[in-house]
Amino acid sequence: MTTMPLETHVPALSVHNLHAWYGESHILHGMNLSLGEGEIVALLGRNGSGRTTTLRAIVGLVDRRAGSITVNQREAIGMKPHLVARLGIGYCPEERGIFSSLSCEENLMLPPKQRDGGMSLEQIYELLPNLAERRRAQGTRLSGGEQQMLAIARILRSGARILLLDEISEGLAPVIVDRLFDTVIRLKGLGYTVLLVEQNKYFAQPLADRFLVVERGEVVMQLSRDELDGNAAVDRVLGI
Amino acid sequence: MFDIPLQVLLGQITIGLVNGCFYAMLSLGLAIIFGLLNVINFAHGALYMLGAFGGYLLLQVFGVDYWWSLVIAPIGVGLIGAAIERLFLRRLAGVDHLYSLLFTFGLAIFLEGIFRDIYGAAGRPYPVPAALRGVVDIGFMRLPVYRIWIVVASLAMCGGIWLLIEKTKLGSYLRAGTENPRLVQALGINVPVMITMTYALGAALAAFAGVLAAPLYQVQPAMGSNLLIVTFAVVVIGGLGSLSGAILSGLTLGVLEGLSKVIYPEVSSTVVFIAMAAILLIRPAGLMGREA
Repeated sequence: MTTMPLETHVPALSVHNLHAWYGESHILHGMNLSLGEGEIVALLGRNGSGRTTTLRAIVGLVDRRAGSITVNQREAIGMKPHLVARLGIGYCPEERGIFSSLSCEENLMLPPKQRDGGMSLEQIYELLPNLAERRRAQGTRLSGGEQQMLAIARILRSGARILLLDEISEGLAPVIVDRLFDTVIRLKGLGYTVLLVEQNKYFAQPLADRFLVVERGEVVMQLSRDELDGNAAVDRVLGI
Repeated sequence: MFDIPLQVLLGQITIGLVNGCFYAMLSLGLAIIFGLLNVINFAHGALYMLGAFGGYLLLQVFGVDYWWSLVIAPIGVGLIGAAIERLFLRRLAGVDHLYSLLFTFGLAIFLEGIFRDIYGAAGRPYPVPAALRGVVDIGFMRLPVYRIWIVVASLAMCGGIWLLIEKTKLGSYLRAGTENPRLVQALGINVPVMITMTYALGAALAAFAGVLAAPLYQVQPAMGSNLLIVTFAVVVIGGLGSLSGAILSGLTLGVLEGLSKVIYPEVSSTVVFIAMAAILLIRPAGLMGREA
């Protein structure tokens, strides 16, 4: 496996003037973002700023959306969710979405193979050995950390190269958060493109290449890692 | 106890078990459909009736024998079910569940009406296939071979579908889709097609039961609606959405009905509903349902 360069000119995922609605509520007001292949970008912002909705709108889990979403240069705004996924997008929801009527391994095997290059079961169990031990357990009997790892692992198996990870460090013990951190570092080394939603600035800061601050459904600031450090304006927006 | 001859008791239990097989097949289909589509399928009895009439017409018009009907009628009704989902139920998916309930209720009346108009309300006999005629002495009673066949065939069918859903990859899609269909679709699974297939499977299962029923009961337009209300009670008792609950409570309630016919015949037609009321008081989620 080779590490992909951080900056490339053809974006793997690009979002232009994205609007999204839940029922009558207009949540996204023209989001713009673009991820190069192999890049990790974090969406920062307060609760309710529209970060989660951005991820949900990309995969098609909102009631209505408008604008443009291109995945590997293919327009996805009009596509049904399962077809968006087949463009190579793996979505890990904030609530993790582990199915209780499926065993750990059934959860892992659930997303169909979308393209070649997905991890094999062996590679996943090597990356996340806990899941191998619990493979026969009911999905929701796993600990919170194990469920989080399972939610990430199942999208790695599908061959998706663009990962949308929503609040993966939320509500977990520090030791688990460290392991998730290491996992994302390894994914980065494997050349995955990752769009992170994070409340925890200190989790995202060492991981991401760029940071987008979201407020009221649009990007209000774009920062590099150095610019993020001790930036009072950012802290004010984030309410830190 | 109650001065009942053991032979009569065992006889009624056996007959109850046969009826329970039909409850089990129909409530299993209802439970599968309700699980993924959230549709309370009032057309289920009509689909069962279509199966029986399908078998009857295949024999009368085309001379197709029982065994082929057992295959052809469920496939045909399954295709009708797929069309019902694609053309109608899909349009109602986004609105209140009441609409799909009313739609299926109306559809059942419509289908029943058509068949009553053409074939009349009277029952039409369907001959027991030659290989399944005769009776077997099982010690306490002489049991028609055809009833034994019903128990064997329906248990095999229920068991097969249970295995399909609980133990296969396809089944894992269905189980996950029952929990959170939108996320399952976002993970790359074609949920709309899965929904169509599921309704078709439930319809085919009802039709299979209908063909099995044709030689035992008579083929008539109202045969499904007579059975449907009891079947709903069975689903509620088993636990909404619980497949093994639907199968087991179907069989149990058939036997319970049979028992009540010997012990206190007056209550036999209501015993299922008494059981439902009692279960709902003690376990609101049903015997094998998960508490919400």
